[in-house]
Amino acid sequence: MADSMFVSILSAAVSSGTPVLYAALGELVCERSGVLNLGVEGMMLVGAVSGFLTAVRTGSLAAGVLAALVAGGLMGLIHAFMTITLRVNQVVSGLALTLFGTGLSGYLGKSMIGVPLAVTFNQTPIPGLSGIPVIGTVLFKHDLLVYLTYIVVPFLWFYLYRTRPGLHLRSVGESPETADALGVNVFSIRYASVTAGGMLAGLGGAYLSLAYAPSWLENMTAGRGWIAVALVIFAVWDPFRAMLGAYLFGGIDALGFRIQVLGAKIPSFFLKMMPYVFTIAVLIIVTATASRRSSRAPEALGLPYERE
Amino acid sequence: MDTLRLVLEKREAASPFYRFLSPLLAIVMALVLGAVFLAASGFSPLKVYYYMWWGAFSDWYGISETLVTSIPIMLCALGVALAAKMLLWNVGAEGQFHMGAFAAAWVALSMPSAPAWQVLPLMVLAGMAAGAVWALLPAVPRAYLGVNEIITTLLLNYVAIYWVEYLVHGPWRDPVSLNFPLSAPFSSAARLPSLFGTRIHLGLVFALVAAGLIRLVLGRSKWGYEVTVIGENPRAARYAGMNIERNIVLTMCLAGALAGLGGMAEVSAIAGRMTRQLSPGYGYSAIIVAWLGKLDPWAVALVSVLFGGLLVGGYSAQVIGVSAASVNMLQGLMLFCVLATEALGRYRVRVVHAVRASGEEAGIDG
Amino acid sequence: MGTVDYAVEMRDITKRFPGVIASNHVNLAVRSGSIHALLGENGAGKSTLMNILTGLLRPDSGEICVRGERVALRSPASAIGLGIGMVHQHFRLVQTFTVAENITLGMSRPRFALDMAPIEREVAKFSSEYGLAVNPRAKIWQLSVGEQQRVEIIKMLYRGVDVLIMDEPTAVLTPQEVRELFETLRRMTADGKTIIFITHKLDEVMEISDRVTVLRAGQDVFSCDTGETTSRELASKMVGREIGQAPERPPAAIGGPVLEVRGLTAIGDRRTTVLDGIDLDVRAGEIHGIAGVAGNGQRELAEVITGLRRASSGFVRICGADMTNHTPRSIIEAGVSHIPEDRLGVGLAPNLNITDNAIMKRYRCGEMGRGPIVDAARARTWTDGLVERFNVKTPNLRTAVRLLSGGNSQRLLLARETSMEHRLVVAVHPTRGLDIGATEAVHSILLRERESGVGTLLISEDLEELIALCDRISVICEGRIMGTVDRDQLNLEEIGMMMAGVAAEAKGDGHLEAGA
Repeated sequence: MADSMFVSILSAAVSSGTPVLYAALGELVCERSGVLNLGVEGMMLVGAVSGFLTAVRTGSLAAGVLAALVAGGLMGLIHAFMTITLRVNQVVSGLALTLFGTGLSGYLGKSMIGVPLAVTFNQTPIPGLSGIPVIGTVLFKHDLLVYLTYIVVPFLWFYLYRTRPGLHLRSVGESPETADALGVNVFSIRYASVTAGGMLAGLGGAYLSLAYAPSWLENMTAGRGWIAVALVIFAVWDPFRAMLGAYLFGGIDALGFRIQVLGAKIPSFFLKMMPYVFTIAVLIIVTATASRRSSRAPEALGLPYERE
Repeated sequence: MDTLRLVLEKREAASPFYRFLSPLLAIVMALVLGAVFLAASGFSPLKVYYYMWWGAFSDWYGISETLVTSIPIMLCALGVALAAKMLLWNVGAEGQFHMGAFAAAWVALSMPSAPAWQVLPLMVLAGMAAGAVWALLPAVPRAYLGVNEIITTLLLNYVAIYWVEYLVHGPWRDPVSLNFPLSAPFSSAARLPSLFGTRIHLGLVFALVAAGLIRLVLGRSKWGYEVTVIGENPRAARYAGMNIERNIVLTMCLAGALAGLGGMAEVSAIAGRMTRQLSPGYGYSAIIVAWLGKLDPWAVALVSVLFGGLLVGGYSAQVIGVSAASVNMLQGLMLFCVLATEALGRYRVRVVHAVRASGEEAGIDG
Repeated sequence: MGTVDYAVEMRDITKRFPGVIASNHVNLAVRSGSIHALLGENGAGKSTLMNILTGLLRPDSGEICVRGERVALRSPASAIGLGIGMVHQHFRLVQTFTVAENITLGMSRPRFALDMAPIEREVAKFSSEYGLAVNPRAKIWQLSVGEQQRVEIIKMLYRGVDVLIMDEPTAVLTPQEVRELFETLRRMTADGKTIIFITHKLDEVMEISDRVTVLRAGQDVFSCDTGETTSRELASKMVGREIGQAPERPPAAIGGPVLEVRGLTAIGDRRTTVLDGIDLDVRAGEIHGIAGVAGNGQRELAEVITGLRRASSGFVRICGADMTNHTPRSIIEAGVSHIPEDRLGVGLAPNLNITDNAIMKRYRCGEMGRGPIVDAARARTWTDGLVERFNVKTPNLRTAVRLLSGGNSQRLLLARETSMEHRLVVAVHPTRGLDIGATEAVHSILLRERESGVGTLLISEDLEELIALCDRISVICEGRIMGTVDRDQLNLEEIGMMMAGVAAEAKGDGHLEAGA
């Protein structure tokens, strides 16, 4: 009994961590190229509502996912234009993106509140793998979007550390002057990274509205975008560590829900606070001990690049 | 491979005329962009804007409601602007506002029969203190460990709101409220007096006094001078012997206290009881207002009134079916437009006929 | 004999910047397979000319020929495509990348998957061919400055560069590393490559170059084969007047110690020990110079003394009082002025106006207003006097400091620092990047300080400056004081040895025998 409870919390941690994972991977790519995007929350919300709207209208999940990717990418593109072309302060532009995205998603989703979704991402156990005790249930009894992260995370790691485009992406975030002097196109790499980051955040949003809790609610991301930003710091800009962090967050989230289900005497509001308090605590601990690590934030993070 | 390219050339400073004009330009740009969204979803933008204008500014009632709505925004935005002067991003005004309201309500509910001269000052103090404490939580790690205050202040908003929800759903719920998440109403002594027979209340005076004080302190005092130097160049400030850590904590606490005062005023004057519905996001609007006002206290006060009008206008536009969220969207657009016009002020846009625009303005020797 | 084979010819190059002509009809012809020195003072136009040759800047007029053919250089990449590359004074390396990653950065092959092994092998090949020892797998931040320079050179060779421009390459090297570099450069020219060597050091020109061009105030004033000239002639061409007269310098009236440093150790930004048991003192009325190659702990030493960096052991005593790890403010109040290395980054707030910058260390005191208020009128009057006395050229006091020239902002900084109550001045590279006039102004201020009985710790890379000003010179290397020499016992060779890390034989005034 206790064992299956444990397994079900771990399994819930994976699905609850997945939207944050997508968003965190997106932010990771973006920050690796030297652009800080605090608009993750807004991009997720716009992704969630576009995905949901499209899926309702077309009855196709694929179309929904595509719409979320496009919408998130467009949001990212706004940030890219503001920060890379106009060289606006990245923090303010990101905040503006979150505020705009929150408003836009509420506006677009007005008619969608309470509308049911005919098709949703169902659990699709992977034959064979899902039969493995514990691990099978935890990792391989989910939907396709969860499985996709199992590919995206290692691919992203390989891309960043073992390919030339990845090397160039990192160099742009570390030292754009150096990269530029050697003929690396700083502007196009940053544009591409910020846009890709937006697409991943949009996908994270769509996971919420199409798979995790198939519906549309205003502000349904409930701060997950911000948690994703914190996770990137926790992850020291490494995809695998981001995955770990996302599942940790998912675990806390899932734990609160389980405790509630078990009928514990703790008011649900306190359980809902837990992921936020937990994230803040982790952020403080990570920052306080970060100086002892060898790897740090990309050197040029947050700085607009201007040729001299 | 000749192409036409847009090139941004840097200028030393935007022309004074442009600087004066750019906020107006930004608002017009935002309205135009907003119109595109409205038209895309089948509304007549002119009709919507007319309703918004009519609701917010056409008569004395509309104007008074606009001012009422501007009070919490103004207090929060003054706090955001003060912190931003020192390069601190206080995205937590929403939470500080709620904690201020909570503390004030706590005083009001636990002193139901105290006279106004006792309960109101205590509520003000409690509200400001609670806001300050809520800002202190992220300020201390920021000052002494360098923990990113943007993320922490923001996440604490959720914690504060769940705390308020817990109270009004649980221990504070008024048994006669028919299961609505509301506390018992405050005694009339705990209600902030209103002015001119409208809903405009003493909070407006608080906010204007705060704006004046901040202006005075920043411009004239030694502490204000420190804030200015730290905001411009923290390394120089440290070199000149200023205590940056203490100033970070102090500034954030003041910012929190201002937002807390906003929460106190709102719960005491407008709601008259604790509810979850105190703020439609005043603390977030405050960020935009602070930027639109370029961190200047009087400009912030003025822009707050504009944003109050935007919200009030948004309510009246709901009559023709436009959702309240469209106002939030418009606010976000405004911030983008402000940023864009500011950026364009720093540059001269030029169309060039070139294969590649390389850095022409490199430095000279030495 | 036939025609001479030129690798690069620059003809009649002119480049204007607002207010200055950085290159004024300059001609430069560099023979293939030679080392061509480009000699000139700061601001003479050397960097502008080379930035034009590497495609970073475009000339207003003039033409450039590479191997006899006229070319248009649009970007550093197009210059590299023509075989012209530059090793900048400030290296352009990604600190967190490995050597091999830095070298392959920006190349187009392999296109996607990146196997580092063949790249590392090729790096190793260049290393052995030209004597450029460096581990291709090391991260840049782990390397010494000399090794980083080698990476820059390999990076250019890897790209097929055969005209290599070296911008002040020896400024950051120890004498030993300089010898190794020269050896490498000779091997490269023997291999047919061409080197343009930018410098302001005469002895290097004489030692390494085949031909020399002197630039002064944006013009090429002199060119000849190095064998046909003398360093004295080059010096007068470079400066435009006879040099050698040191500033007036009355004998010192030396008093008691104002700064005593004993066994000082500190940790640097990279978490390594940057100060390793420093013993040092400065007496009232003397200028005590610290010589050494940049990056050997000079900046950190100044930071620890002024309270901006923590000492991990040892102590700092100012006028007899222990001030180790006190706050910057209490050290300022103990009478320490600080002219930091990074003038605009640390010493001034560039966006604030002159008044706000002038009162930065003074606003607290009652003179600038009672209680919590700053008296703006008094601040202005006081600043006015300061600007007047120190000859800071500015339109008015509301001008932002970033709009001042380097010399004027340094004057303002010195004005502020020497007008406060102080017993000790800690000056770090106070004349770096300044023109001759501003440099002389700084020197005379420092000498005035000395006469008034203030102790000065002068940290500089410029040996000539130290010799002209100092009563004693200590040499720092890898965070240790290698030795201290009195002014009248100066021996350049010995100082050079100490800069390279060889400890002094017990010489000096017997006061200090620190070191290894």
